[in-house]
Amino acid sequence: MSILEVRNLTLRLNGKRLLDNMSIDFWEGHIHAVIGRNGAGKSTLASAIMGLHGYTNHEGDVLLDGQSLKGMTVDERARRGLSLAWQEPARFEGLSVRTFIAAGAEDKTVDRVQGVLAAVGLEPDRYLYRNVDNTLSGGERKRIELASILAMNPRVVLMDEPDSGIDIEALDRIFDTLRRLKTAGTTVILITHSLAVLEQAEHAFLICCGRLLDKGSVERIGRYFRDKCIPCDHVNHPDLGESA
Amino acid sequence: MTTTDVVDQLLESIGMNRGHLLASDAAHIEVSHNQVVGRRLVPGLDVDTDQTDDGIAARIRVREGSVIAKPVHICFGMLPEDGLQYINLDIRVEEHARASILAHCTFPNAKKVEHKMDASISVGPGARYSYLERHVHGPYGGVLVLPKAKVTIEEGAQFTTEFELIRGRAGRIDLDYECICRARSILDMTARITGREDDAIVMHETAHLVGDEARAALVSHIALRDEARADIYNTLTASAPGARGHVDCKEIVLGNALARAVPIVEVHHPQAHITHEAAIGSVDSKQLQTLLARGLTEDEATEMIIEGLLSKRS
Repeated sequence: MSILEVRNLTLRLNGKRLLDNMSIDFWEGHIHAVIGRNGAGKSTLASAIMGLHGYTNHEGDVLLDGQSLKGMTVDERARRGLSLAWQEPARFEGLSVRTFIAAGAEDKTVDRVQGVLAAVGLEPDRYLYRNVDNTLSGGERKRIELASILAMNPRVVLMDEPDSGIDIEALDRIFDTLRRLKTAGTTVILITHSLAVLEQAEHAFLICCGRLLDKGSVERIGRYFRDKCIPCDHVNHPDLGESA
Repeated sequence: MTTTDVVDQLLESIGMNRGHLLASDAAHIEVSHNQVVGRRLVPGLDVDTDQTDDGIAARIRVREGSVIAKPVHICFGMLPEDGLQYINLDIRVEEHARASILAHCTFPNAKKVEHKMDASISVGPGARYSYLERHVHGPYGGVLVLPKAKVTIEEGAQFTTEFELIRGRAGRIDLDYECICRARSILDMTARITGREDDAIVMHETAHLVGDEARAALVSHIALRDEARADIYNTLTASAPGARGHVDCKEIVLGNALARAVPIVEVHHPQAHITHEAAIGSVDSKQLQTLLARGLTEDEATEMIIEGLLSKRS
């Protein structure tokens, strides 16, 4: 059963068509991957679903539990159970890890914050009172953002390039976290161009030039992406999709 | 009102009570308008005060080699709605002494209060001195704060100072600190201020790195709302080999507020180096959207980002 439905989504920015009549159903409780080359429209799709500033003036609709999200702000969507983990997490000067993680959590206790830090492989005693700023590496901030997602326990989470800036060891932790989210009932949507990330999913959607090209099993979509898309010298120009 | 009542009310306005003082063996001094209404000193710390018409003149001396283990708490305040408090401070932290002062300046009922401070501060060779001035103002904005300090940091000494005004209306602030930094000395000067309504903040923070390998950081973090205005002048000069300095001015501006930052850096020696960064604008969009995506409202998210900017640096 679909929890999140993208219906005929078309988005133009600065005269360019970045999403072109895209329709996707995301099944509840599953891990999905949206895969495509750089510029294919993956992050644009995630931004439009989340309703980020600059991405709301689109045609078509996004439905959560069958209800349109049109006109809803980012925080309203989040309070309905939708969230987003950024490819490059924000830095917050002066904001402690504890405060940041607790910000979106229902259970704001220190025990809960320590628990989610441990779940992403960060020692709570070392990180709880550090700031979410440039004293942390990109990988550490990525894991802290994931911990904040775990604490929030959303119904659907969009994860934009979860392996970006992550070392191999940390990547395993992140993949563990994906499974932990699924076990908790969260629907996970991975936005990626990585086959390693794709392999964590149960269903895959292949997009190019802002269009949904194909959908199906991870194996089949992964094989097509590896054999056809990666070697392809076509550069995404979403607004030139018809001639590409 | 008895002296005891005055102390109680001053402490209450800063979230403390007499129990905090009694429970601690730290030194403390409470000054209401022009009267010292309470004090306890510790070995190595000398304090002489003279009452003047509108305030006090105080000479604070930390004796050579003395280590004052616990922060000395000083509370300057005025409980009435109007009046002038003029504080004249002469602070000498002698060679290799160590001390820190937490000074609360509280004006909880101020509608037309003027708080002036002229300080002369000397941090002796090898000494370490930190001074945190935390202002607690009421909701009316009726405070004019005029702190001026001339500081000399001698060879190998360290001076850390913070000016914090994040509770209550700023009113009008005109801060002017100037530091001379001798060889191998370290200066860390921070101001964290929030302004709202028609608050007006002017800050002049100046440091001169005149000694070899002297180092300084001038940091100003300001958040402005409504019609508030801030003019921040950070001046850092370096005229000795190995001198290093950094100026950091960050201001968040909301509503019709106006912020101006004027960093002046001067380098007079080829082996000296100064950097500066200034960022003025609304709340960072990515920070905001990250917190929105966690379900915070825009107001909650903005408040959290501002609290972070104004929080004490770790």
